[in-house]
Parts: sequence; structure tokens; C-alpha cells
Amino acid sequence: MPDASVQVQRPEFVANGQSKAFGVVEKPLTYWERLYGNSAVRKGALLVLMALVWELYARKVNNPLVFPTFTATVNAFVDAFVSGVIPQRTWASIRVLLQGYSVGLVLAALLTAFATASRLGTDLLETLTAMFNPLPSIALLPLAVLWFGLGNNSLIFVLIHAVLWSVALNTHAGFRSVSQTLRMVGRNYGLGGFRYVVQILIPAAFPNILTGLKIGWAFAWRTLIAAELVFGVSQGSGGLGWYVFENKNLLEIANVFAGLFTVILIGLVVENLIFRTIEQRTIRRWGMQH
Amino acid sequence: MAEPLLDVAGVTLQYKTKEHLVTATYRVGFQVFPSDRYVILGPSGCGKSTLLKAVGGYIEPVEGEMRLGGQIIRKPGPDRVMVFQEFDQLLPWKTVRENVTFALAASGRLPRRQAEEKAMHYIEKVNLGKFAGSYPHTLSGGMKQRVAIARGMAMEPEILLMDEPFAALDALTRRKMQDELLQLWDDTHFTVLFVTHSIPEAVLIGNRILLLSPHPGQVKAELNSGGKDEPGPDGRRLSQRIQRMLFAEEVEEEATAHA
Repeated sequence: MPDASVQVQRPEFVANGQSKAFGVVEKPLTYWERLYGNSAVRKGALLVLMALVWELYARKVNNPLVFPTFTATVNAFVDAFVSGVIPQRTWASIRVLLQGYSVGLVLAALLTAFATASRLGTDLLETLTAMFNPLPSIALLPLAVLWFGLGNNSLIFVLIHAVLWSVALNTHAGFRSVSQTLRMVGRNYGLGGFRYVVQILIPAAFPNILTGLKIGWAFAWRTLIAAELVFGVSQGSGGLGWYVFENKNLLEIANVFAGLFTVILIGLVVENLIFRTIEQRTIRRWGMQH
Repeated sequence: MAEPLLDVAGVTLQYKTKEHLVTATYRVGFQVFPSDRYVILGPSGCGKSTLLKAVGGYIEPVEGEMRLGGQIIRKPGPDRVMVFQEFDQLLPWKTVRENVTFALAASGRLPRRQAEEKAMHYIEKVNLGKFAGSYPHTLSGGMKQRVAIARGMAMEPEILLMDEPFAALDALTRRKMQDELLQLWDDTHFTVLFVTHSIPEAVLIGNRILLLSPHPGQVKAELNSGGKDEPGPDGRRLSQRIQRMLFAEEVEEEATAHA
């Protein structure tokens, strides 16, 4: 028996009636708190701040040949946009990009399917990604030109290289991390083969797959602009990278900035509109990411 | 006597770890009859979960055979639905209703329309009607298990396999879920094979209890239970008898070790 004599003795206490002095249980946040809680607002404010710093610094440097101001860049951008040059160049870039990206995705799907189906496939995927993932796509450009000539085919080749490995690697890692329980549930209901992959593995691994798609997109976009800087003219009109290169040669530095600005803008739009929307409709809604 | 629904005869199960070939159960045999609440009880390491997975068709016995309705069990199938202990057995990308409907549609039991009706019927049965449109991550552990049970029951399988379904729940919820399961059984008299390591749970849930000894799992006894844990002819309660059977050896071993 524990010795009760060492414990402090005190009377029991039962509350009669609860206080109402706490006000309301759920109080709405203030306008500012809600505004600050919105990440789009916070990021927007940061962008405005950066534009301001850019403008002030450029004015201090006062050399449009080296560092044009924000306003000059925006003007050049608007001019080039209205004249149709930038939309046309952007479209040229994006068209090639989408071709390379989609072929890369198909190949990644095939490679992952093979890796999921057999142990030898897993070894193949692991060895290939270990070899080629660290290899910058742009380093393959000289070879690509040799094999496919100057043109879109070479660009698509390096784009596939940029997309394939990161998507395959992430998808495969995602498949492998699907819990044993979910796998057993799938098989319990008689799912097998293709239906099992589509109805269990892909949704369960979707956070990883989406990461792979994002990384693949970023690699591809980077690679494309870099490749166009090296050579960009195909079928009469180059893409954005070529636009930047061209204008640098013409010493139209504000246009160079406008071109880079477009590259950044597209990156932001894809990340914040497309991928963010997919994320919110899928893995966030499912509670697989917070 | 009627034909057994599930006939497990002399089943030895083995699985491989990185370094060892482990024998989980050795020549275990038992029979489950229709509408049984058959409980497999034993300490950890007695291979009870492995045994259940084998009945589920996930593991093939190295010796002996298992028959469901006369047919040898070879692979997983919707006639034996598993309810797991883990909360992640629900598909997180599907709502409560979709989780149940998916099971019915994927297994080809019912066309889409009827599947939805049946799904709602069983979701109402486990009192989750209000949460039919919710995603699993918004539910509590007990609610997730109720969905899993609704999904299993909606399949109307020959036998429902439950692998410690309440083990990860807090004590209060667990108690409530056990009563709910018994109420559901009163409704439809489904056949269930239930694995647990809790003696009170076994006594409460089961009408027949299989006791397994560990390393490897071997049958120690098969007992009847009225669910009330009343004193038997020898004056001991069922739970006390089970306790003695499972732990008598250990006490003896300890006694000799101390002597």
C-alpha cells in the first residue's frame, strides 16, 4: 500500500455553474490577420517589394545598357507583347516544351511500369537514373545536334532527357512507399494488373508523382531556354531563349530583360496556377499533404 | 452437424525475413461454421495475424490446406473481406461513400447505381450517414474503423476477417465499437473470424475462441463463450481459465528459474 501520510491532504472541489466571461468561443479573425494568412497576398507583397528594389537600384546605376530599370523592362515587355513578338516566341518555346514533356512522361511511365513489374526492371531504372540524372541535359545538346540536326528534334531529345529521369525516379519511389495495408486492400477487392496500378498505386503515390512532374517541368523549362540560347532558330522563328540571345546581340538590353521576365512569368504561372490547383484539388483535399 | 464454412486443416505457415525462415504457425487446424463469431486469441508471436492473412489468401501454407465452402483458398478475393488494424486501410482519395462504393464496384459485385445504394445502407448502419461525403483524413480513428467495417459488411462476404480492428483505438472507443459490432451481428448474423490479443475482447466478441501458443503458433484449446464471462462449473471465470492456460507455463518457468 502507498503511504498516504506523505501526501498533502486537501478537500475536493466541484464547480457549480460555468463562467460566461470568456465572450464568444469562435471569434472571427481581424481583416489584417486574414489578409496576412493568405499566402498569395504575402507573395504578392514580396514581389512588389522586389520590383521596388530593382527600380531604385537600376536608377542608381543609371546605365540602361547594363541594367535597365523595372519600368523600362515593363515597357519593353508590353511593347513586345502588343506587337506579338513575345506571344509568338513564347508559343514556339511552349510548343516544343510540351512535345518533349509529354514524350518524356510516356517514356517515364513505361520505364516505371517495367520497374514495378519486375526486379530486373527496378535495377534497370535505378542504374539508368544513377547514370543519367546527374548529367545536365544541355551537355547532350552537341550530340543531339549531330544525331538529329539543327531543329526541334534535337530540342525534344534533350527535353526528354530532362524530364524522364526525375519523373520516373519519383513515381517509382512513390509506388514503393504505398503502404502494405493499401496494397492488400486493393488485392482483396480483386484488383490486379493495370486496374490495380490505376486505382491503387497511382493515387496512393500521387504526392511523389506530382513532385516528379514539378521537378521535370522545371528541368525541362530551364533546359529549353538554355538550349535555345545556344541555337534556337528552327523553321524561321526561335523561342524565348533565342529572343534573349538575339536582343543581346542588338544591345536591346531592355528586351533581354523582357525576355527573361517572360521566362520567369511563365514559371510563376505554371507553378502557382497549374500545379497549385492540381495540388489543392488532389493531395491537399485528400489530406495527403498539408 | 452442419458443414463448416471455413475448414483449416494442419496448416503450417512460414515467412522469410532477411536472415531467417520463420515458422509462424505449426499444424494449426480449426473449423468455422456459418454465423460464428470465431476468435483467434494468443500472445504476440503466435502467428494469429499470419494465420488470418493466409485465410485472406495473401500467404500460401507450406503444409495443410484451407477450404472456404469446400474450395481451396489460393488467392485474395472479395468472398473474404479483411478489416485491418491500421487506419490507412481507407483510400484517402475517396470519400466515405466512395470508399464503400469502390469496393463493391471494383470487385464486380454490383453495378454502380446499386453499389451506391448499398453503400449508403451500410454507412447508415454504422451511424456515419452524416459523414458520407467526408474524406477519411477528417474522421477520427474510431470513425475510420467504422467505415472499414461498413465497407467489409457491404461486400456481404462469406466471411469477414478482422485483424485486431480495435487495437489502435483508445479504451473508451474500443469498448463502444465492440458493442456496435455485436449489435451489427445481431442484425445480420454474418460470419466473422476475429483476431485479438485481448482476453476480455475475445470473451466478449466470440462465441468460440481458439487459443494459440507462441513460437510457433500451435492450438492450445478451443473454448466456447457466452459473451458474459460467467463462472464455469469449477468456479473460475472464462477469462481466468484463458489467462491460466496462456500464462501457466510462463509462471512455472519463472518459478523454476527463481528456485
